[in-house]
Amino acid sequence: MQVMLNGESTDLADGATIDDLVNQLDLAHRRIAVEVNRDIVPRDCFAGRALRDGDVIEIVHFIGGG
Amino acid sequence: MQQDVFELGGATYTSRLIVGTGKYRDFEETRAAIDASGAEIVTVAVRRVNITSRDSDNLLDHLDLDRITILPNTAGCYTAEDAVRTARLAREAGVGSLVKLEVIGDEKTLFPDVPATIEAARVLVGEGFVVLPYLNDDPIAAKRLADLGCAAVMPLAAPIGSGLGIRNPYNLKIILEQSEVPVIVDAGVGTASDVARAMELGCEAVLLNTAIAGAKDPIAMAEAMKLGVRAGRLAYLAGRIPKKLYATASSPIEGLLD
Repeated sequence: MQVMLNGESTDLADGATIDDLVNQLDLAHRRIAVEVNRDIVPRDCFAGRALRDGDVIEIVHFIGGG
Repeated sequence: MQQDVFELGGATYTSRLIVGTGKYRDFEETRAAIDASGAEIVTVAVRRVNITSRDSDNLLDHLDLDRITILPNTAGCYTAEDAVRTARLAREAGVGSLVKLEVIGDEKTLFPDVPATIEAARVLVGEGFVVLPYLNDDPIAAKRLADLGCAAVMPLAAPIGSGLGIRNPYNLKIILEQSEVPVIVDAGVGTASDVARAMELGCEAVLLNTAIAGAKDPIAMAEAMKLGVRAGRLAYLAGRIPKKLYATASSPIEGLLD
């Protein structure tokens, strides 16, 4: 399936969950937040949340700023 | 003198200097500057993870999170909606409920959009955030933001990153006089005397980034800022002498030779 991940069209395995995606990106141990179609997905729901074709996903973290 | 502490959002801090983490050469310099500044609260920005070229390193890995409180900002947001969205994401990422609320109104000056800041603050206060809004040196805006439940107000000294210092100490004085929440000068200071002056006016703390990160020697400037905040705070607590036009002799007149 195709999703929009941080503004980039990305191919994901059918049935992948947010947990799968976060592990694939090696972000599981990081302080991140995930939005799917503008809704924040709480961390404890990552495993249960299957992604669907066309989903718009944002993954953010903290960087230097003032 | 009993220990002088700074209270914010239910927590207590001994440092009254809040520093940003932007514009440093690398994480090592960032950490060294924070250490030298003595800051216990540091600001960070919320941005997309770079999916295509991922860094194994993240800023937060370099900060002692047992000692340092993270204050996420909503920098770069131009609408209340974007600022609220960013604040929610920051809280979800697990660094607590503090947020430095910025809703920018104009790219060139980076002055705040005050009505949008008020709108976003109302939503975030309602959701239990500890909201620290960046605003102009505008006493009315400060009052509105405090009245709706912001934990502090953070008027600018001058435009972000300008280093101009305190452009309107009289407005800051009015904000300080009327404010029932801590007043934190945020943005525009350039050097240690600027932060000392902010503290002498009675501000509870100063927040800055560029003045340290952009200095020739950021680590030395971080220490200068720490001392400037401390000097200004002590002078404020000590109570300065009134200004007078004419001289007052420091040595007694009695006992002068005929």
